[in-house]
Order: sequence, then structure tokens, then C-alpha cells
Amino acid sequence: MAESNVAKTLILQGRSDGGTLERATAKARRAFRNSVAILLFLAAWEIAPRTGIVNVTFFPPFSEVVSAWWGLLRDGDLQDHLAASLTRSISGFLLANLIAIPLGLAIGWWKTAADYLNPFLELMRNTAALAILPVFILLLGLGETSKIAIVLYASLFPLLLNTISGVKNVDPLLVKSARSMGLSSISLFRKVIVPAALPTMFVGIRQAGASSILVLVAAEMVGATSGLGYLIQYAQFSFLIPQMYAGIITISVLGIIVNYLLLALERRLTGWRQTYGE
Amino acid sequence: MTIESKISIRHVHKAFSVKRGSKPFKAESQPVYALQDINLEVRQGEFMVIVGPSGCGKSTLLDLLAGLTKPGGGQILLDGQAISGPNLDRGIVFQQYALFPWKTALANVEFGLEAKGVGRRERRETAQRFIELVGLGGFEHRYPHELSGGMKQRIAIARSLAYDPEVLLMDEPFAALDAQTRETLQSELLRIWEATGKTIIFITHGIEEAVYLGQRVAIMTSRPGRIKRVIDIPFESRRSEEDLRSNPDFVKLRHEIWELLKDEVSRAQEQEKSKTLDAYGEGKSSAKGGARHG
Ligand SMILES: Nc1ncnc2c1ncn2[C@@H]1O[C@H](COP(=O)(O)OP(=O)(O)OP(=O)(O)O)[C@@H](O)[C@H]1O
Ligand SMILES: [Mg+2]
Repeated sequence: MAESNVAKTLILQGRSDGGTLERATAKARRAFRNSVAILLFLAAWEIAPRTGIVNVTFFPPFSEVVSAWWGLLRDGDLQDHLAASLTRSISGFLLANLIAIPLGLAIGWWKTAADYLNPFLELMRNTAALAILPVFILLLGLGETSKIAIVLYASLFPLLLNTISGVKNVDPLLVKSARSMGLSSISLFRKVIVPAALPTMFVGIRQAGASSILVLVAAEMVGATSGLGYLIQYAQFSFLIPQMYAGIITISVLGIIVNYLLLALERRLTGWRQTYGE
Repeated sequence: MTIESKISIRHVHKAFSVKRGSKPFKAESQPVYALQDINLEVRQGEFMVIVGPSGCGKSTLLDLLAGLTKPGGGQILLDGQAISGPNLDRGIVFQQYALFPWKTALANVEFGLEAKGVGRRERRETAQRFIELVGLGGFEHRYPHELSGGMKQRIAIARSLAYDPEVLLMDEPFAALDAQTRETLQSELLRIWEATGKTIIFITHGIEEAVYLGQRVAIMTSRPGRIKRVIDIPFESRRSEEDLRSNPDFVKLRHEIWELLKDEVSRAQEQEKSKTLDAYGEGKSSAKGGARHG
């Protein structure tokens, strides 16, 4: 009796061990799948210049870029430029949210307004923000204002369009159901329209987050004395090639982090949605 | 009769204006008469079923009762007072559940209570009680997409019952469910009705469902909808009867309603057809009616 119990426990343990092991391998496999392409790319980056396949002067090996990056970090240059860029992107991005979300909710709710304004907003969105950068510089000068303004412009339209379409596409049955419970227009908006539109709004928020960085970096290359865009441009002019790549990598990583953070926020706020992956 | 009526529908008309014509400038507003001179008295605590062919105006009538739209003529009285708008004294259950997907089952049931201004603590307790009433204890923290169709409809019923309306309006609530689930929910609805004593107005396409559930069944004509006949269903306590559905009286009533309905259904189908043809002729599809499912 006791023995058979022990045997059972052993079997169970064996099984659960197998489970842990399986899970661990699955995890490892996923980590491998996610990183293998990047690792191969970095390896190629390291080897190609060293073996002379590409010109070392223009394409220094990855390790040299890393040490240049480390140097910039130690001197504090990197932090300064990063802070300058982040201040501009975040201000522009937040300002765009502040303007576009209330405006989009209002326009989406008022269907006639949406029908009239949508083509115009599409036009504005498809007007590349950088194409009108000269206008911004002309009007606002080379200072911070024009940088924040260009980020604001680039973030505004995806936010606006997605908020409008989110509100417009709220299931009318949900509205009807809420109205039948005697909700006032304000509570209807707060308790039904906004939560129902949130997933679509987040598409806009993430697009805006991505473009706020892209556009800013380009703007900083044109006329600026600080920021990651300026760092890259300056490094290139001064023939500090590893430093130039260090700046580029910083921007890539920044873009990934921003996207990740917005995605995490989205999951928190719209976690009720079906996860189709599983 | 008038005095003891919970709901009186008197000479109610409703028409929609539908824009037709392919060019915006040529668009002329053409009325669609959905309801024409509807008269119906529903008693306190009664289970009233309304059947009628597709597109005859059943949902339109229910919207009017809910106060979501206003009649074009006539009046609807609730306890002798004209209905002025939506209110928590009436609850609706829709065919497509209409649960808020971002709220858990419990939070969905709490929604109406919140609108009623019930405090948080009491809200939670009441919602919990009604989730148990519909037999879903243990599922309160699931989101709608994690529930089956039958479970969703139970939650929707719990949501409408929780804020304690006097009248429950149900628009084909079981039409989207499979046969077994439907039968279970039918008998549960009867149990809940007996336990709560609510006045229920229940719309359906199913004749059998009508005879099984209703104390009276109102049969509507094809569009423009009118009440063609109201038939008494004289069974006492339906749930105790072992197999009511094969009872000869049940079969007879079912047949009687079917006889009344069948001309209306074929007329409604003719209407749909000609409407589709019209729409073709004018190069633009008309209002939603033409494409509605049956
Ligand atoms: N908002 C609207 N605008 C224009 N016409 C409408 C509107 N709502 C309903 N109708 C028309 O009124 C008629 C009645 O519609 P209703 O939805 O009440 O029918 P129903 O009896 O509920 O049909 P079903 O059984 O298919 O649900 C239909 O011909 C429909 O086209
Ligand atoms: Mg209907």
C-alpha cells in the first residue's frame, strides 16, 4: 500500500519533471527563434569588415561600434542627446494625444462631421510630415518649437483617424442596450463609447508612437544642435563612423522599447480582448 | 380591462422614411409603414408572446415599448402613464446578447444597477445573486468571449433582471441558440417568470416556442404590421407537465397559429422580393429590411 503510494508519487514527480523540462525547452526554442536572425546579422556585421568583404572605414565591425557606444555613454554625450530627443518626442506625442483624442471622440460621435472631415484628414495623414518640415522651420524657426511641432503633426493624424473610426464603429447594439437602461449621453460616452473604441484608438497610439521617433530623428538631422538625429549627422560629418552607427543602434533600440511599452499599456487597458494566438 | 392593464398599446403607428434613388439630388424620402394601428393590452404579470413574419415590425414595436423610439401616432401606456423614454422600469434582452465585451459577466450584470445608482457593495451582491439565479455561479469573472452563446444569453437575462424592471422585453432571445440550449433556457425562463412575477413581452419566430411560453400569443400580419389575432393558451403551470409539446391541445394550438401565420409569411416573402427588385431597378439597395435574416 505504502509502496504503491510511493511509486505513484514517483511517477507523478517524473511526469512533472518532464513538464518542466518540456516547458524549458519550449522557452529556449522560442528565445532561439526570436534572436537567431539578429544574432546572425550581428555576426555577419562583425566578420564582414574583419575579413575585408566590406570596407572597414565605412563599415566598422560591430564590436567597435559597441565600444564607441560605450565611450559616448561614459562621456555623457549619449545621455544628453537621448534626453533632448526624448523630451521632444514625448512632448509632441503627448500633445498630439491631448488634442487628437478628445477631438477624435467628438468628431466620431458627430457622424456628419466625420463624413465631411475624413477625406481631409486622410489627405493630411498622407502628406509626409517631413515634406512640410521646411514650412515648420520657416514659421517656427530652428528651435525646439519646430521639432515638437513636427512630431505633433506626425502623431496627430493617425491618432485622430483611428479615434474617429473607433467611435464610429462602436456596435450600435451596445449603444442601444445601454440607452435602454436609461443612460445619459455623458455616461453613455464614458461607459460604452470610449471603452468600445479603445482597441482601435490604440492602433493609432502605437502608430503615433512609432512616427514620433522616426520623424523627430529626421528633423534633427536637418537643423539641430542636439538629439540623436544630430548625433548621427554630426558623427558622419566628423568622420566618427563607429559613433554614427552607435547613434543608429540607439534609435533602433529606442523604437523597440517605445513600441513595447505602448503594447504593454494596450494589454493592460484592453486585456479583455480575445487573444487569438492561443 | 383597461384599468388592470400593465401595458396598453393604442392605435400605434410607426413609419420610417427611407431615402431612395441613386443620385443624392434625386433622393426622395419614401415612407415605409412598419406598424399600422397596433392595439394590445398586456396584463400585470402576464407572459405575452408576439409572433409574426420577418420584417413585420416586431422589433420596431419592442423599440417603442422600450422608449428608444417614439410612435408616429397613437400612444403606449405603462401603468396608465405614457412612455416618455427609456427607463429602468423596462428591461430588454436582445437576440445578439449585447453584452459589453470589456466587462466580466459580473460587471455586465452590475451595469444596470450602476445606472440605477445602487452602491458598490449592494451592486455586487445583487449581481451575484442573479448570476446564480440563471445558473452561472462560478462564471462571474469570465469575459463574454469566454462564454458559450447560451451562457451569454443567461448573463444578458440576469443583467436585465438585476435592476428589477417591471416589464421584461425580449426580442427573439433564443433564436441564435441550438435546440437543446433553447429548450433549457425556455423552461428556465418560465421558472424565473414564476419566481419573479414579471410582465414579459416575448418576440419569436417559433410557433412552438410561442405556445410553450405564452399565456397569450399575439399574431401579427405582414408589413405594415397589425395585430391579426390574440390567442389564449390555456395551460396551467407549464413546467409541471411532462411532455407538453406532444399534448394534443398543444398540437392543435400550434396548428391554429400556423394557419393564421402562413399567409402572412408568404405575403412578407413577396414583399421582400419586390423590394429587392425595386432596389435593383433604382440601382441602390434599400433599407436594411431586405437583407435581414429570417
Ligand atoms: N431604422 C429604420 N429605418 C428604416 N426602415 C426600418 C428601420 N427599422 C426598421 N425598418 C423597416 O421596418 C420594417 C419592420 O422592421 P423590424 O425590424 O421591426 O421587423 P421584425 O419584425 O423585427 O423582423 P425580424 O423578424 O426579421 O426581426 C422592415 O421593413 C424594416 O425594413
Ligand atoms: Mg426583429
